[in-house]
Amino acid sequence: MARRALSISTKTGISAAALVVALILGALIAVISKAEAGAGFTRADWMALRFTVWQAVLSALFSVVLAVPVARALARRQFVGRGVLVTLLGAPFILPVIVAVLGLLTVFGRNGWLNLVLAHFGLPPVSIYGLHGVVLAHVFFNLPLATRLLLQAWQTVPAERFRLAALLRLTPWAFFRVIEWPLLRQIVPGVAALVFVICLTSFAVALTLGGGPRATTLELAIYQAFRFDFDLGRAALLSVTQLVVAGGAAVLALAIIPTLSMGGGQDRPQQRWDGQLILQRGLDGVAILGAAGFLLLPLAAVVLRGVMGLGRLPPEVWTAVGSTMIVVVLSVGLLGLMALPMAGWIASRARGGIEAIGLLGLSASPLMIGTGWFILINPFAYPADLALPVTALVNTLMALPFCLRILVPRLRETVQDFGRLTLSLGLTGWPLWRWVILPRLAPQIGFAAGLTGALSAGDLGVIALFADAERATLPLQMYRLMGAYQMEAAAGAALLLLMMALGIFWACDAVGRRYATA
Amino acid sequence: MLRLEGMEIAQGGFRMTADMTLQQGQKYAVIGPSGAGKSTLLGALCGFVPLSAGRLFRDDEELTRTDPGARPMTMLFQDNNLFPHLKVTQNVGLGIRPDLRLSQSDMARVSDAMARVGLADQAEKRPGALSGGQQSRAALARVLVQARPWVLLDEPFAALGPALRNEMLDLVQDLTSDTGAGLIMVTHAPEDVRRIADEVIFVHAGRAEAPKPAAELMDNPPPELRAYLG
Repeated sequence: MARRALSISTKTGISAAALVVALILGALIAVISKAEAGAGFTRADWMALRFTVWQAVLSALFSVVLAVPVARALARRQFVGRGVLVTLLGAPFILPVIVAVLGLLTVFGRNGWLNLVLAHFGLPPVSIYGLHGVVLAHVFFNLPLATRLLLQAWQTVPAERFRLAALLRLTPWAFFRVIEWPLLRQIVPGVAALVFVICLTSFAVALTLGGGPRATTLELAIYQAFRFDFDLGRAALLSVTQLVVAGGAAVLALAIIPTLSMGGGQDRPQQRWDGQLILQRGLDGVAILGAAGFLLLPLAAVVLRGVMGLGRLPPEVWTAVGSTMIVVVLSVGLLGLMALPMAGWIASRARGGIEAIGLLGLSASPLMIGTGWFILINPFAYPADLALPVTALVNTLMALPFCLRILVPRLRETVQDFGRLTLSLGLTGWPLWRWVILPRLAPQIGFAAGLTGALSAGDLGVIALFADAERATLPLQMYRLMGAYQMEAAAGAALLLLMMALGIFWACDAVGRRYATA
Repeated sequence: MLRLEGMEIAQGGFRMTADMTLQQGQKYAVIGPSGAGKSTLLGALCGFVPLSAGRLFRDDEELTRTDPGARPMTMLFQDNNLFPHLKVTQNVGLGIRPDLRLSQSDMARVSDAMARVGLADQAEKRPGALSGGQQSRAALARVLVQARPWVLLDEPFAALGPALRNEMLDLVQDLTSDTGAGLIMVTHAPEDVRRIADEVIFVHAGRAEAPKPAAELMDNPPPELRAYLG
C-alpha cells in the first residue's frame, strides 16, 4: 500500500499524456501507412539525409567551440550590462526563426552590411545561402543556448575552489587544468549533443537559407515532396527517416544531454581572482564583444529595417496577425489543459524516466506530425480549413517538453513541502489546484505560457504545410513577402512579429510573476 | 480512544512496533533518541506512513486504511504548517472547508479562533509577515477550527526560543482542554514532558512502549530512559 505524497488526481494527467502519445502515434501510423517501402531512397533523399547530419555536426561544433570562450568570459568578468547580455542570451529561444533569418540576411546577405564592408576593402563578397548560411543561422540560435548551459555549469563550481586557486596562485594553465578542463570535459559533449539533436529537425532555416539539391534537410524535403509534388508516399518515407534519425540521435544522446534550466539565477557573477593578465582580459573582451555583436547586429538590423517597412505593410499582414493571435491563444489554452495535469501526474510519482519525454520532444519532427495529420484529415475535410487549429496543436506539442521541465521541478518542491499538509487538510481536486498548486506555480505557469505563446507566434512549420493562399499566420505571410521580393514589407512584418513574440512572452511572464505572492 | 493493535512499520532497514491504547482527552509525550521513530509513529497514526502489519482503531472504527484527511486527527509538522501564499484567515479557513467556500458562520468561527490565539489583528497578513511565534499561533488557530478529537504535534515549536515554546505549550494545553481533544506530542525536552504530559510513550530499540504516567516515569526512569535523558 503505497501512499502518494499529494492527492493530485492522476487520471487527468495520464489521459493528457495518452492524448499526446495518441496524437503523435496517430500521425506516425498515418505516415507509415502511406510510405512506399518499395519506392526506396532516391539520390536526392540520400543527399538530404547527408546534408541534415552534416549541417547539424557543423552547427554543434561551431556553437560549442565559440561558446566556450564567451561563457568563460561571462563567468569571470563583471561589467556594466552583463545582466542584460545574459538575459539576451535567452532571447533567441523565443525569437521567430524567420525574423532572425531576415536579420542575418541584412547583415550577412548579398547586399548586406558585411559585404558592404568587404567591398570597401576590395574583398570578394560572401554568400549566405547554402551550407554556410544554414550553419550560420543555427550558430546564431544555438551559440546563446550553449553559452547559457556552459555558464550554468561554470557557476556550479563552488566559490571555495576559486578561493583556493587564488591562494595557491595557480598559473592560467594550471587553473585551466585543475578547474576548467574537468568542467568542460563533463559538460561539452552533452551541450554539443543537444545542439546536434536540435539542428537535425531544422526546417525554417533550411527553407529560407538552404534549398536546392546541395542544401536540403530532411524536414525541408518532406515539405517539398508534400507541397510541390504532393507525393504523400515520398513525404511519408522521408518522415519515417527523419523520425529514425532524430529520434535515434535523441535516444543515444539522452544520457549526456544536460538539464535545460529555464530559470534565472545566472545574473549573479561569482567573485573571481583569476584571469587578471592583460592577455586574458583582452581575450575575454573580444569574446564578449564578438558574441554581443553577433547577437545584436541582426536584431538591430530587424528593428532598423522594420521601422522603415512598417508603413508599407499590405493588408494581408494584418489578417495574418489575427490568425497568429488565434493560434497563440489556442496553443496556450491547449498547453494549460495538457501540461498542468501531466506535470501533476509526473510530480506525484517518484523520480522516473518521464522527463525523457522532454528529449523525445526535442527530436520530434513537426512536419512529420503535420504530414501524418494531413493524411488523416484529408479524406474527411479540407485540411486548409483546419490549418490554424492543427498548427496550434502541433506548436503546443513542441513546447510541451520545455514546459514540463519548467513546471515539474517546482511542483515536486510543492509536493515535498506541502504534500502532508494538503493530505491532512483533505485538500483534493479543484480546491487543491485552486488554493495550492496554481498559486505556488504562478511564475512557472506564466513563464511556460509565455514561452509557448512566443514559440507558437513565430512558428513557421506546419502552417506552411497546411495553409492555402487565403490563410496564413504572420511568419508565413512574412515568408511569402520575402519570396515575392517585397523586402521592405517583409522587414515591417518581421518587426511586427518580433514585437508580438516578445510582447506575448513578456505579458504572460509578468502576469505569472504578479500572482506570485510568496 | 485510539487502539494500536500489533502495529508494525517497516521502511527500508527501519522497523518498529507499537501496541497500546490511548485514552481520549489525555496528553501523551513521545520521547526517545533521534532516529528511534518518534515522527514515524505520528506519521503512521496520521496515515502518512503505511503500516506493514497490525491495525489502528478509533473506538470501534478501523482507521488503518483511511486517508489522512478523513482521520479524526490533525497534525502540526516541524515546518510548512501554513501555506505562505495564502492569508492567515485563508490558512485557518482551510481547516473548516478545503475549498474555502466559507459561510458567514464559518467566517465567524475563523475570527473566533484567531482571537482565541491572539491573532485577531493579523488576519489579512500572509505567514511571511508574521513572527515565528505568530506563525505557530496561526497554525494552532487552524487546529482549533478543525476541532478533531486528536491533536498530534511533531515538534512544531522546535525552532522557537524556550520562553516562546512554553507559551505555545500552554496555549496548546488550553486549546485541548477547551475542545477535549487528546494530545500526542513528540518532544526532546524533559521539562516539556513535566509541563504538559499526563503520560509518556518511550520510543527506543524499534519499539514504542505503552504509555506510563509521566511524573512517576520521569522521577524514576528505567535504565534505557535514564541513558537517554543523561
